[in-house]
Amino acid sequence: MTATETAPAAQAPGRRRLLDLVAENGVYVGLLLLIAFNLLFTRRFGEIDNIRLQFVQVVPVAIIALGMALVIGTRGIDLSVGSVMAIASALLALYLGYGPVVAIAVALLGGAVVGLVNGVLVSVAGVQPIVATLALLVGGRGLALVLARGRLTEVFDPTLATIGSARVFEVPIVVLIALAVAVVIGILVSRTTFGRYLVAIGGNAEASVLAGVPVRRTLLTVYILCAALAALAGVIQTARLSASDPSFVGNLIELSAITAVVVGGTPLSGGRIRIMGTLAGAMLMQLIAATLITHNLPDSATRMVQAVIIVAAVLIQRQRGAA
Amino acid sequence: MTTAAPAAVVLDVREVSKHFAGVLALDRVSMELRPGEVHALVGENGAGKSTLIKVLTGVHQPDEGEVRYGGEPVSFARPLDAQAAGIATIYQEVNLVPLLSVARNLLLGREPTNALGLIDQRRMNRIARETLAPYGIDVDVRRPLRQLGLGIQQMVAIARAIAADHRVVIMDEPTSSLEPREVERLMQVVDRLRRDGVAVVYVSHRLDEVFRLCDRVTVLRDGRRVHSGPVAEITRLELVSKMLGRDLADVARARTRFNEHSTDRAAEPVLRASDLTRRHVLDHVSVEIRAGEVIGLAGLLGSGRTETVKAIYGVLPLDSGAVEVGGGRVRAGSPRSAIAAGVALIPEDRKAEGIIPTLSVRDNIVLAALPRLSQAGFTSDRRQDAVVERLMSRLRIKASSPDQRVGELSGGNQQKVLLARMLCLDPRVLLLDDPTRGIDVGAKAEIQALISELADQGMGVLLISSELEEVVEGSDRVVVLRDGAVVGELRGDEATEDGVMALIAAAARETGQTELIDETAASPDGPDDGD
Repeated sequence: MTATETAPAAQAPGRRRLLDLVAENGVYVGLLLLIAFNLLFTRRFGEIDNIRLQFVQVVPVAIIALGMALVIGTRGIDLSVGSVMAIASALLALYLGYGPVVAIAVALLGGAVVGLVNGVLVSVAGVQPIVATLALLVGGRGLALVLARGRLTEVFDPTLATIGSARVFEVPIVVLIALAVAVVIGILVSRTTFGRYLVAIGGNAEASVLAGVPVRRTLLTVYILCAALAALAGVIQTARLSASDPSFVGNLIELSAITAVVVGGTPLSGGRIRIMGTLAGAMLMQLIAATLITHNLPDSATRMVQAVIIVAAVLIQRQRGAA
Repeated sequence: MTTAAPAAVVLDVREVSKHFAGVLALDRVSMELRPGEVHALVGENGAGKSTLIKVLTGVHQPDEGEVRYGGEPVSFARPLDAQAAGIATIYQEVNLVPLLSVARNLLLGREPTNALGLIDQRRMNRIARETLAPYGIDVDVRRPLRQLGLGIQQMVAIARAIAADHRVVIMDEPTSSLEPREVERLMQVVDRLRRDGVAVVYVSHRLDEVFRLCDRVTVLRDGRRVHSGPVAEITRLELVSKMLGRDLADVARARTRFNEHSTDRAAEPVLRASDLTRRHVLDHVSVEIRAGEVIGLAGLLGSGRTETVKAIYGVLPLDSGAVEVGGGRVRAGSPRSAIAAGVALIPEDRKAEGIIPTLSVRDNIVLAALPRLSQAGFTSDRRQDAVVERLMSRLRIKASSPDQRVGELSGGNQQKVLLARMLCLDPRVLLLDDPTRGIDVGAKAEIQALISELADQGMGVLLISSELEEVVEGSDRVVVLRDGAVVGELRGDEATEDGVMALIAAAARETGQTELIDETAASPDGPDDGD
């Protein structure tokens, strides 16, 4: 550490470029290496059924990570996404009697309300995002359990079943939904004033206020959006499993989503949002889990690897900031 | 404890230099501190006061030179070392533990214990009461510190510092958040310290306090010591001129104004700020700006210059006062309303309040004008590019491309980017808070010329500068502030550096002048800072 700080200034640009390269493209290299490894050592990895499975399984994390990327871009964080998934799942089961459309709408709306609470706490009350959303992480899970009376509910509905398992031209519908979300978020980030405000606030909140950016409204919107996407992920997960289990749905998914975002090159310190990187990051997380499981390592090993990766990614980003 | 003769130097700073990333923050600065003296340390922004204090207290280590303490060369690696050696620092913000009792705070780290090694509450409270008594503080020492006024909290901090047998006490703007009554008490405490043979370093930008309280004064400017000597041997005007770096004789020469803007005196002002008031900060400040006019806002650091423009722009919450633009009242507390009304601000702190380092030059320029460069929330590259291209060439912003990150540009170019951001808005009034600070000479001249040009085109400009010369030469009228209040206005030929300095240095008005706002207007809770 000391050595890097006292290094001659002339070395800094080269070092910085290297760190930039690792931070921005490391995720793609890692993904390719992991795919190459699996093609060589994992039986039937390259078969279409497996590829489809990997894509289907990554959908919830990918959708949540997209919302999370927006929040992290503002220098915030949303820990409550897993609980929002559970609330959405519970609401879906609860309102299915009114038909799938109403149930889905209520589930998404429920998620948005949680996001509104997050947003108000962060942007109006000025609570630190990590604290505000931690409260909702705990309280939200509790609410989901109350809604579902703590029970696993089977969810039978033809429309939901179609969403959960049907394919269009061999592509699962859930994957198409995730792709659509990615396109919309991509446009939001690159082509709208809202997207510009997000990174401006993340880059320098004080300066954004002075430049007349509607900071409060933007933050409110981004937390609502993130939670609504988490609710969407909850609906998809429930549809796919044909069951709602509020004590397990979305458990620890916030960690996977945050890791995907950070590994994808969006700095935790805000000011930049990388959509493609986030998607690649989500896929990387998914493949790591799949690889470890197919090679007979327990699920808990996945968590440990995930922890190592997120720490490594954050360290690279910090070095990059310092260089 | 110390048997030093009165004339002995307790703390001797010898030719100390300190660099930060190539910038010379202290350039062979010396300062001698004697027991029983109150030594004022004054200087404007960037003079090196804070750096010097940090060297004395072990936060920074000097690159060159040495600090002798009690005759011995010392090197404090950490603030704790300096404190253990007997150098206490009382910072602007009281850094005690607000939730603990007064007694706990006073004796933090050296609490009396009983046979079991537990804190002996009764003895602690008794010691605390005895410690505070000489300061005329009679409070229940069991109360949490935060329930007391800021003045009392500061007294506790001082009592704590002195209870520990310190030989040097450094006070960094101790009166900045105190009520007049509390200032009185603080002065008494400083007097007491002097009688007890403690050496006090008193950092302040209130000249009244310097002349009333201090024995000697050291003036820093641009990291150098420009003066050191007894307070009795310097006039206020001389002191101000040393702080601002303007030689009195020099100033007397004939000035050439580089531009005189034709303004219609009778015309309605485009912006009228009236009676801007905030406790401890601004006292009924009124400013009028006409189209095509450059108004200079002069005063020492802490006189309320920055606060005035921030209040006009709606980012400094006010107790009272109003801002009108073109006859219409601007909603208070909202920079967005100010922008909508045609007011633009270039803030003082380019890094903290201006640029968004992670974004490109293009995104930084269009940020404030995004709504008008977009349709239904979708940004238009074509419109943005046209504006960015026009402003980059007009202001001669040097960047490899509009996509270069603004954090990589030089200070002068960053400042131009901020100017471009505000010019996108076609403002009627431009508030410039020290727009040429810390930028190279070339960019500085360009910005000064631009200000003049904008005024010629009919923009109203309010200009703050840390350089008096810039304010005087660039402005049609100069409004002078002191301690948060307007003390005079100079126009035309009166607006000279001498004239401004004379106004700044004038002794405080007799009738309760030190009270910024009378106590009846004061809100019951302490001033909230940091917003």
